[in-house]
Amino acid sequence: MSDLKYKIIIGLEIHVQLCTKTKMFCGCALEFAAEPNSRVCPVCLGMPGVLPVMNKKAFEYSVLAALALNCEIASFTKWDRKSYYYPDLPKNYQISQYDLPFSEKGFIEIPLESGESKRIRITRAHLEEDAGKNLHTAGNFSQVDLNRAGTPLLEIVTEPDMNSADEVKALAVELQRIVRYLGVSEADMQKGHMRFEPNINLIITKDGTEYKTPIAEVKNLNSFRALERSIEYEAQRQLDEFLDTGKVMQMGNKSTRGWDDANQMTVLQREKEEAHDYRYFPDPDLLPVEMNDAWLDEIKSRLCELPLQKQIRYVTDYKLSDYDAHVLTAERSTAEFFEQAVSATIEQAFIFGGDPKKICNIITQAGLKLAHEQNCTLSELGFTPENVARLARMVEDGYVNASAANTILEEMTKTDKDPQTIAKDMNLIQKSDAGELEAIVDQVLADNPKAVEDVKSGGKKAKKAQGFLLGQVIQKSKGQANPKIVSQILTKKLS
Amino acid sequence: MHELTAIQLRDKIKAGEITSTQATKKVLQAIEKHDKIIGAYISVFEKQSLERAAEIDKKIAAGESVGQLAGVPVAVKDNMCTTFGATTCASKILENFHAPYNAAVVQKLLAADAVIVGKTNLDEFAMGSSTENSSLKQTVNPWDTTRVPGGSSGGSSAAVAGRLCMAALGSDTGGSIRQPAGFCGIVGLKPTYGRVSRFGLVAFGSSLDQIGPLALNVEDCALMLNVIAGHDPNDSTSVDEKNAPLCDYLENIDKPVENLKIGIVPQFAAGADKQIQNAINNAVELYKKLGAQIIEIDLPHFEYAIAAYYMVATAEASSNLARYDGVHYGHRTENPNDYIEVYSKSREEGFGKEVKRRIMLGTYALSSGYYDAYYLKALKVRNLIRTDFTNAFEKVDSIITPVTPTTAFKIGEKVDDPLQMYLADMYTISANLAGIPGISLPCGFDDNNLPIGMQILAPAFEEQKLLRIAKMFESKTDYHKKKPAIIES
Repeated sequence: MSDLKYKIIIGLEIHVQLCTKTKMFCGCALEFAAEPNSRVCPVCLGMPGVLPVMNKKAFEYSVLAALALNCEIASFTKWDRKSYYYPDLPKNYQISQYDLPFSEKGFIEIPLESGESKRIRITRAHLEEDAGKNLHTAGNFSQVDLNRAGTPLLEIVTEPDMNSADEVKALAVELQRIVRYLGVSEADMQKGHMRFEPNINLIITKDGTEYKTPIAEVKNLNSFRALERSIEYEAQRQLDEFLDTGKVMQMGNKSTRGWDDANQMTVLQREKEEAHDYRYFPDPDLLPVEMNDAWLDEIKSRLCELPLQKQIRYVTDYKLSDYDAHVLTAERSTAEFFEQAVSATIEQAFIFGGDPKKICNIITQAGLKLAHEQNCTLSELGFTPENVARLARMVEDGYVNASAANTILEEMTKTDKDPQTIAKDMNLIQKSDAGELEAIVDQVLADNPKAVEDVKSGGKKAKKAQGFLLGQVIQKSKGQANPKIVSQILTKKLS
Repeated sequence: MHELTAIQLRDKIKAGEITSTQATKKVLQAIEKHDKIIGAYISVFEKQSLERAAEIDKKIAAGESVGQLAGVPVAVKDNMCTTFGATTCASKILENFHAPYNAAVVQKLLAADAVIVGKTNLDEFAMGSSTENSSLKQTVNPWDTTRVPGGSSGGSSAAVAGRLCMAALGSDTGGSIRQPAGFCGIVGLKPTYGRVSRFGLVAFGSSLDQIGPLALNVEDCALMLNVIAGHDPNDSTSVDEKNAPLCDYLENIDKPVENLKIGIVPQFAAGADKQIQNAINNAVELYKKLGAQIIEIDLPHFEYAIAAYYMVATAEASSNLARYDGVHYGHRTENPNDYIEVYSKSREEGFGKEVKRRIMLGTYALSSGYYDAYYLKALKVRNLIRTDFTNAFEKVDSIITPVTPTTAFKIGEKVDDPLQMYLADMYTISANLAGIPGISLPCGFDDNNLPIGMQILAPAFEEQKLLRIAKMFESKTDYHKKKPAIIES
């Protein structure tokens, strides 16, 4: 038996589609699923004589994202033409950035299962225009839809700092959260707003010697699932191949593979990395972009607290679990809603209040479910953070129980009434009236002499028996009895 | 009509002494009569221009205000997009291409109430110095129909010289306005890079291309520049008017420049024909008499200009022309076997020899492993040439050189020798590399009665001064008033 260990090495190239109103170099609208070739103009069609004009907003969005990724922002950056022939590329060159990207040398912290975070280095981020789409739908020909041509794309390249599919997934999710927080991309995977290209290989230690397998680049993955699965598949495939052939990394033996979703496997596209010659050169139609301090400061002022920072703060400040903090910070709108509810509580504690944990429960257990059902954000459901804070306080005070709170929240999406009124109207207030509850307690005591006996005799069974009686009372009140009051009555009657 | 300049015609039209319809008809008649021989036009818009002339006449009759080119028949080089007629670039690949938009300059001509009578011939995609590279037709020099009109704006030049329009637009990447203006005995101005919008000019060498006027005299050039100059938000390389203010180029045009210092470059003279050298020397003498101080200057990197130019221009062209692939518009090959053949065969069939040569040169210059040695080095040379001019303009207001080393050559004389053809641009190319303005104006005739041109160069955005300096010479000479015999025939 030989001694064999291996480590997966993964770097990522990520394309993020920016959510500007218009394209990168012309005034055409960015719209998903519009009728083919309906969002085009002479510029994005690459007609003779047209010239590109930089979308300043797209540049600012990119800088904002790069700042969030802790990148250095270049004071001078330029545009380059990347030449290749393909029917979905109208000019047969793509306007991109080659040797002077607008940003480089950053990092992103990704949360790990253990609760720790890991720093993944960002090599560079640059801005470019997207190509159109070739459609092979019918007959002995292909069609080209150029609606997407000229869409601003942020390309982010990481160092090969990831060592598992989980870490890659964590980075992908974290990046999605960040760009959404910043409002620079919708980052909708299904619409192709984020596309991943992992570079994968293994460092295998066999009998004390280290071997590196040839790097495989998997192209154009547009779901987290495919991203994870392709890495797992590649790791196994490369291990098998190494054991089988002993093939190791050499100059020029990087391969390109595609993901076959139906068969859940990667498929070879190009064996050897072709000596692609993109003939990059500076685009003479566009001026270089010079970033001055004032402009950079203005963009910096648009930065917000990032999701992972928020998540950590929620755990420390509000004593929430990692899980709850993660759910609340998944979307910026949810986190903001939560924070508004919490601050409403704090500011007006003398009127109402509720602790963050109770607010969190209402949001995560009922609020997000409703939002999901109605396909909207929390704040679009029609209730205010203040009323959610009121509702949390009602739960805390035992005025309503947790399940009643969910019902009330749902009702709050339909009416403008405050939660107290709804609770009253729907008869959801917990019964705390001692007289009314005493009658039920008496009935339960009469029906359960054995349990009463057990309580009175003290000893081991007493606690369990009292719990049983409490349950019976609550059940008989159809869940409306306030358990605190019932406990007090029971203790008094049985002592 | 033959005696009128564009400005005089415009004034007569505005004054109601002659209608735009009459003027346009005259021009259309002249085209009908002479263009069979001269071959200046690829398209003529007979009906449309008469309709437009009638509209402008109506405006004038109604006392409405009209633009700076009110009713004046002009022509546009066929590499500027128009929504009317085709925009062919004299190439088979775009022979039937109809642009969905107007170039910025076309829009400006129309806004100035010009009547665009047609679109003129050129070397295919403006690549050439004789208009012989047109894939669509041949243009001849109105002074001698066995000779070339120069190029690439040979159609516009011949049209102006042959009085087949009152003024025209050309484009100048390495001399394509100034050189044919010199060959045809008219005035051609290449403005500073960025002064005129390139939006809608089919790109050849994007960092060098600049649109400018060809006209019968300096003032008409100034008028045309007034119409087309200015910032265009659609062209990122067009200059912000805050940094380089526009002016009325006709203002003070008659006022001689005081304390004028003119630079001459002794090394230039040697390369030109004796008769051209003499004509230039005489011109310099005239300036001296007018009070100018003549100063010898040195442009040390001049000899590298052609080499650098053909790297930069072809590199940019190879990329600019990649879009003509038969996929989206333009010529597409019949029965391709696969999409690669759509590209290769459409391009093989659609492009002419010189265009292919330049695409190959440029592709090579940009290829990995060669980029540093060719393209990057060319950019460095370009910077040195720019610096040469900056240094020179610290000493002088302008520089006078020949436009070309020879007068108009015979048709077919240089077609098989591209290097000889490239040398026809030796005096004009460096202005494009440096981005500075240059004007070409008639300064004599050789023994064959062929026009000789003089080039005057000025610092960036000094078009106003440049035009005034040119006007100083023109107002003391008659060369610009001579007409080719074909007009009177």
